[in-house]
Amino acid sequence: MSKHQELNCAIQTEGLNLWYGTFQALFDVNLNIRNGRITSLIGPSGCGKSTFLRSVNRINERLGYVRINGSIKVHEQNIYAPSVELLQVRKQVGMVFQRPNPLPLPIRDNVLFGHRIHNRAESSSRAEEDEIVEQALRQVLLWDKVKDKLKRKATELSLEEQQKLCIARLLPVKPRVLLMDEPCSALDPKGTEAVEELIWELSGQYTILIVTHNMAQARRASEECIFMLMGKVVEHGATDELFLAPREQQTADYIEGRFG
Amino acid sequence: MSAAKRPMVARERGDFDRRNADWYIDRLVQGLVFLGGISAILFIIGIFVFIAKEGLGFVIDTLDLTEFFTSKYWEPSDEEAPEYGILALIAGTASVTGLAMVVAIPFSLGAAVYIGEFATGKTRESLKVLVELLAAIPSVVWGFIGLSIMNPLIIELFDVPVGLNVLNAGIILGLMAAPIMTSIAEDALKAVPDRYREAAEAMGATRWQVIYKVVLPAAKNGLLGAVLLGVGRGFGETMAVLMATGHSVNIPTSIFDSVRALTATIAAELGETAVGSDHYSALFTIGIFLFIITFVINLLADLVVRGVRKG
Repeated sequence: MSKHQELNCAIQTEGLNLWYGTFQALFDVNLNIRNGRITSLIGPSGCGKSTFLRSVNRINERLGYVRINGSIKVHEQNIYAPSVELLQVRKQVGMVFQRPNPLPLPIRDNVLFGHRIHNRAESSSRAEEDEIVEQALRQVLLWDKVKDKLKRKATELSLEEQQKLCIARLLPVKPRVLLMDEPCSALDPKGTEAVEELIWELSGQYTILIVTHNMAQARRASEECIFMLMGKVVEHGATDELFLAPREQQTADYIEGRFG
Repeated sequence: MSAAKRPMVARERGDFDRRNADWYIDRLVQGLVFLGGISAILFIIGIFVFIAKEGLGFVIDTLDLTEFFTSKYWEPSDEEAPEYGILALIAGTASVTGLAMVVAIPFSLGAAVYIGEFATGKTRESLKVLVELLAAIPSVVWGFIGLSIMNPLIIELFDVPVGLNVLNAGIILGLMAAPIMTSIAEDALKAVPDRYREAAEAMGATRWQVIYKVVLPAAKNGLLGAVLLGVGRGFGETMAVLMATGHSVNIPTSIFDSVRALTATIAAELGETAVGSDHYSALFTIGIFLFIITFVINLLADLVVRGVRKG
């Protein structure tokens, strides 16, 4: 990665407002999310953290009644510009969902799904595909567990393995940003630990934005932290500072468990 | 329920044993619902016993089964040597059903994909209602369309002497089977959890890729079930087929040949036969055969659809 990019932020928003129908979910969000870091988004339910996350790869638009103004730039490009090709945005910005959602296909096809749809022109040989699958699964620490059952349906895996697979399938298309919407909330404590470990492994290579309402997790598993409340960003800073010495009273109240 | 309203003062019973009106109503309703549920089984057994009674004796004593299935001559009214061969009738039913599926599968799957995956809001709701309305058109009306609209149209378009043939009946039957196939196929698509679509879309798949690579494979059992039910419908359909095929015993060599269907034969001839005669029993044998085929097809469809729910 060039020095120029390193200095810049991966995601920048300016005056971002978002409405679901007539309900405004985000108010004037201005954020600079640093490249190659893990940034966590915390806040009480309904504060807009998931909404914000989902607008970064425009998956929000599936709902059809979402309106947005302001801008979100991913590596300097406004992803809401009219000329932008939605599919390219989603290739650059991968998403991991709250409930593991592997496709009802074999494990191998799950890992290759994104690769295949984004490389339709030049189809890869079987050997190349094998290579891609192994590399992606190794990166998410899943290879040794599933290497003998790549043809089995992904939905047969345990939830923890499914969630790791959901991360693995994003990697072959080389995204720059990974969005994670409470990636551990469906997992047991062991699974949570394993996935958090994996997130640490991936940091540096990818910019990771992770929504959580587990504050301990935000503290453990992120370098920067954003606290949101009622659709507004209240505070954004290094995780350690935000938890030890919050600048805003609302942040202090929330992390001390006085509401939320 | 006046009896139940009487206070229950049974001396040996404690408070927890008291039965009030609700308890009796619950029992009564349970009984009625059970009767309703079990009646389907009773009816199907009853029908089978009836058909078997009328036809089975004939099958065992008189009928040459090999001839029945391999002879293409259905000549029950021949005074000297009546012949009961249903090969031509099977060919008639099969050719019409086959063509009907060629017509119905693209229509119904296309409609199901459009309704299930693309249409939204009012378009979707009104389309669903319309499809259901289409399924409610009586089959005699379809037969009427076959006779009075398709018949002259086919004669004119293809320059053939008769317009009542496999093509006519196949198209009519295809259009008849399409609505039910559409709604079952749409149910199958709807049963595919939305998070699969969301996952694929979030990876940058286009709408078509989502449908083609994720939704259709996930729903394939349900879709196959829909097709099988359409086939079952085709085998069982009588009136429209009777009116549109031309009703002549014939193994078709082209889609412009007139044929006769198994069902139509029963419908047309049963009223004119003497009860208990060989002809009468032969018709019931066809009935048994049809019953078994549709039963197997429906069972298969059911198993296939069930497979997808489990998987």
